[in-house]
Amino acid sequence: MSALAPRLKAALALFVLMALVPPLVTALGDPFLTVVANRMLVFAIAALSLDLILGYGAMVSFGHAAYLGFGAYAVALGARWGVSDLLAQILLGMAMSAGFALVTGAISLRTKGVYFIMITLAFAQMAYFFFVAQSSLGGDDGVALQARSSLLGVSLEGDLALYYVTLGALVAIYAGLYRLTGSRFGRVLKGTRENALRMQAMGYRPFPYQLIAYVIAACLCSVAGVLLANLTEYVSPAYMGWHRSGELIVMLVFGGIGTLTGAVAGALVAVGLEEVLAIFSDHWRLGFGLVLVLVVLFSPDGLTGLAKRLGIGGSKDV
Amino acid sequence: MTNLFLLQLLNGAQFGILLFLVAAGLTLVFGIMDFINLAHGVLYMVGAYLMATFAGLTGSFWLGLLLAMPATLVFGLVLEFLVFRRLYDRSHLDQVLATFGLILMLSEGVRILWGSAPLNVDMPALLSGSVPLAGPLKYPVYRIAVIAAGLASAVGLWALINHTRAGMLLRAGASNRPMVAALGVDISRLFMLVFAFGAMLAGFAGAIVAPILSVDPGMGESILILTFVVIVIGGVGSIRGAFLAAILVGVVDTVGRTFGPIWLRMVMDPSAAAQTGRMLAPMLVYLLMAAVLFWSPTGLFGRKGAK
Repeated sequence: MSALAPRLKAALALFVLMALVPPLVTALGDPFLTVVANRMLVFAIAALSLDLILGYGAMVSFGHAAYLGFGAYAVALGARWGVSDLLAQILLGMAMSAGFALVTGAISLRTKGVYFIMITLAFAQMAYFFFVAQSSLGGDDGVALQARSSLLGVSLEGDLALYYVTLGALVAIYAGLYRLTGSRFGRVLKGTRENALRMQAMGYRPFPYQLIAYVIAACLCSVAGVLLANLTEYVSPAYMGWHRSGELIVMLVFGGIGTLTGAVAGALVAVGLEEVLAIFSDHWRLGFGLVLVLVVLFSPDGLTGLAKRLGIGGSKDV
Repeated sequence: MTNLFLLQLLNGAQFGILLFLVAAGLTLVFGIMDFINLAHGVLYMVGAYLMATFAGLTGSFWLGLLLAMPATLVFGLVLEFLVFRRLYDRSHLDQVLATFGLILMLSEGVRILWGSAPLNVDMPALLSGSVPLAGPLKYPVYRIAVIAAGLASAVGLWALINHTRAGMLLRAGASNRPMVAALGVDISRLFMLVFAFGAMLAGFAGAIVAPILSVDPGMGESILILTFVVIVIGGVGSIRGAFLAAILVGVVDTVGRTFGPIWLRMVMDPSAAAQTGRMLAPMLVYLLMAAVLFWSPTGLFGRKGAK
């Protein structure tokens, strides 16, 4: 077996680092930081799922947060129906997401470029308003959860348990996507990204590949939604607002698209930056926006590009 | 019932006119420069805030409007100079990202400067009061004035684009940018003008809406999404499409919110109708957009094979 790819090494280092966070912050006497780190992991999953369609498929979805919402509402619905097992809730979230993504994806993929961005946004807004109107689920205000889910009978009430389950999910999804993007399916997707016309000339029909990738990304993002609801013990339509979709794109592009590792790093840095800036001022969005504009203007490939220029890890997966 | 319908139709048209004023600049920027500007809604908000400030300082609606319009124009020029002109050649993704960052910055900046509490702008005495419409129905003069101002802007824009040299260059730039540049037209200056002009239109919309809506930091974002819907339905780059789509979206949204529950009550029991109506009403415009894109993936008046 050849040596590990640099981006895989970088991802492994990140995962090991994140695994060490809870004991470290407990030793430092600030266990609350585990919750912050958990938030980073949850968004890393969401950004990772977006990378599959945005980075590998060049489908810029501005409505990806909808699936975060479906996952979160799967927990709320599960709690109401007495289903508290995490896996069952994930299945429910995936089923809802897959159904929605299959229909809206099939329509959205008829369009290209700006139109695709806008139509995915419109569908996400529809889902958003659907949940806003559900007064039995708290409507606009959302609903607080009575308790966290359990996994195979083990309660996730403790922050540590939830943290390592989230980390496990992240590593599993990373590994799955790493395999998927390296497979024939992934290569067709990348080929379509580079030049759809040539792929068609070679006899491939891009549509089914793109649609399947769209559905897979939706399902994976709903896993992040299930975990997010468990983390905050609260579910609200705000999880699926268009702002959130924008933030997911921000995280992904921050880290660099189409590398998987970049998505994870971007989510960690973006959420971390939010938290750090929020300590200094209530007006942290000002600084966050400024960083964003500066990154786009001066570091086109995000952190991965920066890392490459500095000569460390993170080669683009072409 | 007919009266109520007429009233809502007028309200819808007035809302549509506002959407058109914001959408006009955005669709030109989209169509000609292939540039996604998420921060366009912010210009609408800035227009409203500048209006509130100037009207408050001078004590006059008209002076406020007179000062707010060039101020948004200048604001647009500054943004173009500092940020946007560096983004024209970049990918859509970079544009989305940078303008998203701008939204965060500017919304927060507005919050710091003016606070989060909504501001009010007084209606000018000349345009307050209402006129009798059919039967016992009355309609506020100010809203009629908004409709008139919007229609006048639309006609002006049409004349500008179809019957002036600048408009001709603009249309040429929209269909073949490199060719226009090769013919010796300073395309970047054209971009700058289009952008600043669009900013002023959005600012104008924000300024004239200030007396009817409250001026708050969230106003730019709520109109932004609807503006996108308008542009996509109308077809990117088409002023005519934007106008028709804006009126359509304004009317469908306004009428749907009022009449949705009423019409649903005819087929289901009242409580279910109220619940379903509440759910469907905000979704209507998005359903409309999805339907239009399903039949015609580049909108009603979009160029076929456009990017």
